[in-house]
Amino acid sequence: MIPDRLDELLEDFSFISDRNERVAWLIDAADRFDEVRVPPDVAAPPYDEAHRVPACESDAFVWALPTDGGVLDFRFDVLNPQGLSAMALAVILNDCCSGAPLQQVAAIPQDIVLKIFGREVSMGKGQGLMGLVTMVTHAAREELGAQSAGA
Amino acid sequence: MSQNIEDRGYVHPEKLVSTEWVAEHLDDPQVRIVESNEDPLLYPSSHIPGAVQIDWTVDLNDQLRRDYLDQSGFESLMSRNGITRDMTVVFYGDRSNWWACYALWVFLLYGHDNARVMDGGRTKWELEGRELVREVPVYAHTDYRAPVRDDETERAFREDVLAHVEAGRRMVDVRSPEEFSGELLHMPGSAQEGALRGGHIPGANSVPWSRATNPEDGTFLNAADLRAIYEEEQGLSPDDDVITYCRIGERSSHTWFALKYLMGYDQVRNYDGSWTEWGNLVNVPIER
Repeated sequence: MIPDRLDELLEDFSFISDRNERVAWLIDAADRFDEVRVPPDVAAPPYDEAHRVPACESDAFVWALPTDGGVLDFRFDVLNPQGLSAMALAVILNDCCSGAPLQQVAAIPQDIVLKIFGREVSMGKGQGLMGLVTMVTHAAREELGAQSAGA
Repeated sequence: MSQNIEDRGYVHPEKLVSTEWVAEHLDDPQVRIVESNEDPLLYPSSHIPGAVQIDWTVDLNDQLRRDYLDQSGFESLMSRNGITRDMTVVFYGDRSNWWACYALWVFLLYGHDNARVMDGGRTKWELEGRELVREVPVYAHTDYRAPVRDDETERAFREDVLAHVEAGRRMVDVRSPEEFSGELLHMPGSAQEGALRGGHIPGANSVPWSRATNPEDGTFLNAADLRAIYEEEQGLSPDDDVITYCRIGERSSHTWFALKYLMGYDQVRNYDGSWTEWGNLVNVPIER
């Protein structure tokens, strides 16, 4: 099971048949990127490379911040100003995964990238976007492991 | 700061235009500005005023076969973007003009050789703080008649590559060193552009595409610096018969452009099947 908000969003995307509608929705999401950008009290450039998304051409970075409820708050940065797709996905991941049950976040498959962006996304672009998803799910698994060890 | 294009020693400097040139020709009815990107969100979010978008997946590729759009499809694409046969088409885009060069290459297959690339692409335009708009222009449709596609002069197929290998002719692999060595095959979880085998086509020289550009603004290196890489370091010669390749033919069209127009190589073809075809073919030679 994946986070409810992501499940609902994927269902909404499944009804979008017009490419322009999909693109407009994603641009609106990318326009909100500042809301999910990592705050300066958490990290400032140059960032620790441990937060870099592997294979992402847009130079995206991810932080998973533990909260009091035992869940994670995800924050991002995208250094390439032309990395709009990475920014859009970061906003979606923050909306759908921050505060969600860790087991559900850990279960998110990489193919949500194709469901959100469409199958015409190039391999290079898709590789980076899937890397973003992987960083988020990996952080959820790590936190689950840490919580189990501490229990 | 990049040198003026005409001072860089290129064999065909007219194939590159500067951002200044584009800014001065935004209202020129004989010029059509075309944006071609990897990121599908970029053009709809903003673009150079008056620019149209030609997308590599939706517009340039056949939607069923792995091939480019056919003759009538190309004519239709030109018509709906208001492009005439005698119009100067100027391409620009993200990723230091990968897709811009790729689109220019496809245009050349259909004989539209009055096409140029804006040096530095979208990155340089943005760095200079030039105007970008969201308004999508609408142009009157044109009556565009294209010749039959020429798949021999600028394009290489797998049979051509195999013959090239057997003859010991020159090839340039423009992928990353990790892809060239076979360490990296394709992205996990996606087989859409993957390959069953890693490595490179025997005899190919490894010259990642980005070496032809200035990293700060995506502009092409001057001719002397290009010759230092491709000729002095890699041993290529303008008389060589060269095939470039990458994974699907987009990065290699960037190097094809540099070799053909900036360095004046007369015999250079782009193998668009590239590694996604070669790395999946049965019984072809591979090196690691």
